[in-house]
Amino acid sequence: MSRPLIIDWTACEGRGLCADLLPELIGQDKWGYPQSRSGRTVLVPPELERPARKAVHLCPRLALRLEADAKTRVTG
Amino acid sequence: MSTDALWYLARGSGVVSLILFTVVVALGIGTRSGRGFAGMNRLAVASVHRAASLLALVFLVIHVSTLLFDPYAQLGLVDVVVPFGSGHRPFWVGLGTLALDLALAVAITSLLRERIGLRAWRAVHWLAYAMWPIALAHGIGSGSDRSTGWMLAIDALCVLTVLAVAVSTHPAFRDTETPSTTPQLVTTRGEQR
Repeated sequence: MSRPLIIDWTACEGRGLCADLLPELIGQDKWGYPQSRSGRTVLVPPELERPARKAVHLCPRLALRLEADAKTRVTG
Repeated sequence: MSTDALWYLARGSGVVSLILFTVVVALGIGTRSGRGFAGMNRLAVASVHRAASLLALVFLVIHVSTLLFDPYAQLGLVDVVVPFGSGHRPFWVGLGTLALDLALAVAITSLLRERIGLRAWRAVHWLAYAMWPIALAHGIGSGSDRSTGWMLAIDALCVLTVLAVAVSTHPAFRDTETPSTTPQLVTTRGEQR
């Protein structure tokens, strides 16, 4: 299942590490802020969980959070 | 291992950790406002900064633990953490102890960054700016190779590296906006007015 990657917009400063790590899911707007490729909440498929976790750890502003997968959340 | 071998290992690992910490500080300064640096993107800078700092710590641990067994340094377990009490050159060795304490504080808070929050992490991380010059002074004051030409050259190179990076990446020397996003003002008249 895909896990939502939540961006804390009050903390984000558009440093761009997440876009470097997850180019499949995250692009950058013209000011460098992350932009979901799908236009909706960033959903991380299992095969991209490693770089997603790395993005959470390396974000200079601690602005990323990887949530439990959507299915578990609904039932839990 | 003979005490001579330990002695060489202690000296060598001290020098290597100084060089690595210089790289770490230079990368940290170079990317302090979140930009890429030296042809690397932000991700690469952050990764190398982190990896080099952990490697520097490994050499620092080797440096300190080999000195514990060295008969000349007369370093006790207490001197590893509490500065200025060692038998040999207490002031200059004490600076090394101080640098070790600061390095540990910076490293541990970095590893716990997600727990302690950005504000506390950042406050402690500033100590790195004190740690590096203290470590450098420790090498200049108590290193066995301190008066050799090659060691002085390494010291000078370390200082020059950090200064060069600090000056060249200073906000005053760069554009306020990234070139790729700023429409360039194109003048068709060229040099003639």
